[in-house]
Amino acid sequence: VNAPAAHSIADIGGRLEQLIGQPPDPGAAAEMLTLGEEILEHWVRARGKEPTRDEREGFRLLALHRQGADKDPSFNACRETCRELAYHYNLLTLQPDHEDSVQRARMMALVANHLYLFISGKMETEQLGEFCCSSKPIRTGLTGGVDGNRSAQ
Amino acid sequence: MSDKQTKTSREKYAEVAYYPGCALEGTGHAYNRSTKALGKALGLKLKEVDNWNCCGAMEVKNIDPKLQTYLSSRVMSIAANKMKMDVVMAPCNGCYHNLKRAEWDLQNDDKSKEVVGRLSQKAGHETYQAGQVETIHALDWIKDGIGEDGLKARVKNSLKGVRIANYYGCMYTRPRHIFPEKDAGAGSESTSKPHFMDDLLAAAGAENVDFPLKTACCGGAHTLSDSDTSTRLVANILRTAEAAGAEVIATECPTCHSGLEMHQIRAEKTLGIKTSVKIIYFTQLLGLALGLKPRTVGLQENVSDSFAYLKEKGLA
Repeated sequence: VNAPAAHSIADIGGRLEQLIGQPPDPGAAAEMLTLGEEILEHWVRARGKEPTRDEREGFRLLALHRQGADKDPSFNACRETCRELAYHYNLLTLQPDHEDSVQRARMMALVANHLYLFISGKMETEQLGEFCCSSKPIRTGLTGGVDGNRSAQ
Repeated sequence: MSDKQTKTSREKYAEVAYYPGCALEGTGHAYNRSTKALGKALGLKLKEVDNWNCCGAMEVKNIDPKLQTYLSSRVMSIAANKMKMDVVMAPCNGCYHNLKRAEWDLQNDDKSKEVVGRLSQKAGHETYQAGQVETIHALDWIKDGIGEDGLKARVKNSLKGVRIANYYGCMYTRPRHIFPEKDAGAGSESTSKPHFMDDLLAAAGAENVDFPLKTACCGGAHTLSDSDTSTRLVANILRTAEAAGAEVIATECPTCHSGLEMHQIRAEKTLGIKTSVKIIYFTQLLGLALGLKPRTVGLQENVSDSFAYLKEKGLA
């Protein structure tokens, strides 16, 4: 059994916002990739599964995405975002001294943030995970409960 | 081999059945106007599908996917059986996606065929048979109907100096299995890194930036039920485009376009994220490059005000 993701969803969002707001750091590539994996882990766990340790094309991120999209084709809307994240990780780690490294790091942070926003928004909409906003009881009351009449996506 | 099979794309796309869809009669009217104007300027003819109906979009599909298949098949049936057209062109990603999906369902799912046959009979029109028409997007229409060289030869006002992030949205290429013509080797569109819009705008002189969110979700499906998520997603797309060096986001879908425009304003109000990147349909940009007037391509109908910017570039 895997240990739970090191950061809460809110912490991941906060850290990414920090990375976007500060001067881009090519040395943060591994951290940004890990944050991407963690947000996917949250999604997989919220749907009652154990996050995979497998890799696809050398990336656990891509294996987690595939696991997250199982029986939920709409989740594939973040497939290319995951692939862009892996691509930028490759660029930054394989060519650390490239003249575009700073720009690549800037873009990688924004891509990771998009993955975070997509998944956290989807979890909120589907009432999954750690979201406990004040409107949730109202929503669940109106829809007949979390396990009740939720429409399929 | 039938005539239909031997015709080249240039010949087939010279005159197509035009399926604007509901959005192009409302919020996406500028796209409708600019698509027609561009076709006219390029000598490509559009024949609007008679008495067309909604493609089934998201609402119907969520309730009954087979009903959506029928609604899309009716559009294709009119084009094929009543208008005797070989090609249907849908500029909206949602319509394009739904017609392609219906085509795939009718080729692969017996239950869909049965439902479509039954409903078509009840509605009193010929049942659409898979393969009767080819459904294409406005990007295919220009790319394969005119091509980059043909476009280049007609450019009067180069888009030189216009830095563009091309945004395709997530419906243009997804799911991959309903687009068998994509990822089909040299010259075909890519589902992972689409490039048709990039190619066309580059042919008109524009400078495309490297934009990593070209197929990312903008939250369009949740724009009414969960506006905050959509606003956050759009704000991230806009600031990524700006960080990539873009001054313009080119769009090819009315839902994506209006989502980007509306949430650009909302992002500033609710999140304090101000962006100034202009949001313009690719058909408007190409129209301006061909020397059409801003009003002819419906620039005044955009919420994102790009007049001053385009004037500065000598395009308006």
